[in-house]
Amino acid sequence: MPKDDGIGASTKRREDIRFLTGKGRYTADINLRDQAIAVFVRSEVAHGRINSIDTAAAAAMPGVLAIMTGADFASVGGNPAGWYVASRDGATMKEPKRPVLAHGKVRHVGDAYAVVVAETLEQAKDAAAAIEADITELPAIVNMADAVANADNRVHDEIENNVCFDWGWIEDNRAAVDAAFASAPHVTTLELVNNRLVPNAMEPRASIGDYDPGTQDYKLYTTSQNPHLTRLLIAAFVLGIPENKLTVIAPDVGGGFGSKIYHYGEEAAVLAASKALNRPVKWVAERSESFLSDAHGRDHVTKIQLALEKDGTFLALRTETMANVGAYLSNFATVTPTFLHGTLMAGPYKTPLVYVNVKAVFTNTAPVDAYRGAGRPEATFSIERVVDMAADELEIDKVEIRRKNLIGADQFPYTTPVGLVYDIGNYQATLDKLIELGDLAGFEKRASESKARGKLRGLGLSTWIEACGIAPSALVGALGARVGLFDAATVRVNATGSISVMTGAHSHGQGHETVFAQVVAERLGIPATSIDIVHGDTSKIPFGMGSYGSRSLAVAGSAMVKAVDKIIAKGKKIAAHMLEASENDIVFEDGKFSVTGTDKAKTFGEIAFSAYVPHNYPLETLEPGLEESAFYDPANFTYPAGAYACEVEVDAETGQVTVASFTCADDFGNVMNPMIVEGQVHGGVGQGIGQALLENTSYDENGQLLTASYMDYAMPRTTDVPFYTVDHSCVTACTHNPLGVKGCGEAGAIGSPPAVVNAVVDALQRGGYTHVKHIDMPVSPSRVWSAING
Amino acid sequence: MTKISMTVNGKSVSAEAEGRTLLSGFLREGLGLTGTHVGCDTSQCGACVVHVNGKPVKSCTVFAHDVAGANVTTIEGMANADGSLGVVQQAFQDHHGLQCGFCTPGMVMSSAALLAENPKPTETEVREYLEGNICRCTGYHNIVKAVLAASGQSVAAE
Repeated sequence: MPKDDGIGASTKRREDIRFLTGKGRYTADINLRDQAIAVFVRSEVAHGRINSIDTAAAAAMPGVLAIMTGADFASVGGNPAGWYVASRDGATMKEPKRPVLAHGKVRHVGDAYAVVVAETLEQAKDAAAAIEADITELPAIVNMADAVANADNRVHDEIENNVCFDWGWIEDNRAAVDAAFASAPHVTTLELVNNRLVPNAMEPRASIGDYDPGTQDYKLYTTSQNPHLTRLLIAAFVLGIPENKLTVIAPDVGGGFGSKIYHYGEEAAVLAASKALNRPVKWVAERSESFLSDAHGRDHVTKIQLALEKDGTFLALRTETMANVGAYLSNFATVTPTFLHGTLMAGPYKTPLVYVNVKAVFTNTAPVDAYRGAGRPEATFSIERVVDMAADELEIDKVEIRRKNLIGADQFPYTTPVGLVYDIGNYQATLDKLIELGDLAGFEKRASESKARGKLRGLGLSTWIEACGIAPSALVGALGARVGLFDAATVRVNATGSISVMTGAHSHGQGHETVFAQVVAERLGIPATSIDIVHGDTSKIPFGMGSYGSRSLAVAGSAMVKAVDKIIAKGKKIAAHMLEASENDIVFEDGKFSVTGTDKAKTFGEIAFSAYVPHNYPLETLEPGLEESAFYDPANFTYPAGAYACEVEVDAETGQVTVASFTCADDFGNVMNPMIVEGQVHGGVGQGIGQALLENTSYDENGQLLTASYMDYAMPRTTDVPFYTVDHSCVTACTHNPLGVKGCGEAGAIGSPPAVVNAVVDALQRGGYTHVKHIDMPVSPSRVWSAING
Repeated sequence: MTKISMTVNGKSVSAEAEGRTLLSGFLREGLGLTGTHVGCDTSQCGACVVHVNGKPVKSCTVFAHDVAGANVTTIEGMANADGSLGVVQQAFQDHHGLQCGFCTPGMVMSSAALLAENPKPTETEVREYLEGNICRCTGYHNIVKAVLAASGQSVAAE
């Protein structure tokens, strides 16, 4: 049994109290004295040349304080791509400048080209409507195939064929993969679309710039998953504000799912406007602005081929993908479809030969970047769909084809043909757990019951793997990363024994304030209530790379544990002095430093007090105080994995799909708080069902976003999903971090879409519609109906 | 700008507002009650739900002037008199019915309205009633559990 509020306990979340009573403090809730309000003016056309912007009438309107356009930012830097990806022929990656505000051209609907600052929101909106922009509309480049084929029409005038890069992974494998295909007894081919999604964190983006003319300090309150990166980008690349003069605060943040990892132009604009006006400047996005300007996710067009023996043994796999990066490169846009996607194309399988080709394409659409799972859901979807299709073609059971090809529990560490070394796992165990938990044996009975009600029931599986906690820094640097991917923590023990932990992770729903306190409480043997977790403020935290990619516990949590261990080590020195014993004889257990084999002991609180009131203290050899920092750079990725089953009912007359059940058997390594881990899986599965059945981001041929509100973009709602059955009892602890944790935040969103689509196709096949081999997501009623009747 | 008066969370309040001021804006900007969140501007997401004379209302689609004199309850008014969490709030914490917290005020207000109308709802009734509240974090599992628990029904099986 876990200790109260220690590791493994389902401790209730402390942050809930403020969220449940309306006391959360989100960026939009912050109002600074004398603040002015900013409204951005956004392009209504997808592609156009800006001839002139007439702001005179707007500037004369009541309450207007300032208007800035792209010209005002022409001399500052662009917002850079965080990862360099070379083409397979060695050509350099195309990196067009991403300006604070569009200048010269607008490149997508929603591309901001001016900002109006006024005393009130209404005045700013009225003035924004009075700005006259003379823009010559150019043909919109929306479809990726057209973008690549069209040499004359360019999103960026200097980039031929709109191709950012054409990447091969691993290029040296290509010939062997092609040879394996040439001689393979069976080849399954699938062409699919991984639908573009809008992340839709429920809190729209918001930023407040606050320049202090007295100290020349800038403060930015912003909706960020990653405040240190935002500070670094603004300081080093965009505005050139010295890092020591810029504080970035991400207070309570209402969900991110990737979309708030990145630095956006609005953040730089409110800082610059605040400097110009010597007043705080606040901007809060409306939902339609979020749809138009948040980084979107997914948007791949893929051809995947699997070569097999007749008995279902995988021989080789290859893919060709076009990945939409939108109009500009968002910070992680280049790594998401490459190193977070191509390196995962072995999945949990022993496929000996794999080759991945990804062409990244500019279009006149919003930038596309990481969205929950980031590249890994795209990889998993492609693999798990083609595996099901191959099983159908070879008439092999869908469980058996997976079982036959899963990496064995005795094969770890396992080196994949796409450059990863999986440290540990047991994929057979999670598959077995799934079969039991999901009562797969009872499926036929449930299918007959559905049939009696006029419904077609289908069962879909997916066995998935993820690489989390991207690292180590030296390796990712060699692969093109322009940042380090370590994390940091400071543990400050106060004189009275209470503790403040400053972490570089950022919590925007994950419950770090509760879970991190559990970990420290367990480690130090003191109550979790004596421990506070501080995050989201660059002035308080040594450094951090934020939260995304299921990295918080595995990376920032490891840094925190390292810092705690330093506290214990110093505590032992203090205790040895106070207890007149040798340091080697001091043991620390349950919050007490004792001399081994005696009843002589000092509590943690006594040691802390002594460190700050060092009257009986080894000052000659030890500094007073009890505060330690640690930086942790992981030795490898972590590799959570699992097996999912979805059962659907299809109404063949209407094409309506209902998710009847969803079962997850995951291996996340050691689990710190089961309640929170299960909540993360629920949320991921909910989003995955959304992608599979409901969500689509639709641009028309002119680049107008047709799905720019919740009236048109189908978010999953309560009635679209069932209760889920989740399990994380299969544990293979991560071998290279101190907590043995792997990460759970993205799992549900990775494993679920293929399970849902596999279930729909299975239902149709069982129903006699054997001509239906695949349906692209979202599997809407009209698509199902068309597939049945097509 | 004219002055509007109403009762909010049991207290008589008044503040200046334009004719176009929405109730959500009146609460947030006029009264500083920022627990009511605005998530979509199109009356779809439900983060802004408050009670007006006991009925759940999406405050981003109601003019403040139209509810002058009304009795309004917001998330700030849902705790017990001693400051402890109310039944619905406590159930949300106990069952992990929230993650980022942004949709939570609206979820709690809608759930409380459901339970006032229907003290023992079925799972289907809970899901249908909350269809107008979008949550992106939880997949709704624990929200539905929390509401069933708040109604006094066993949720151990889930």
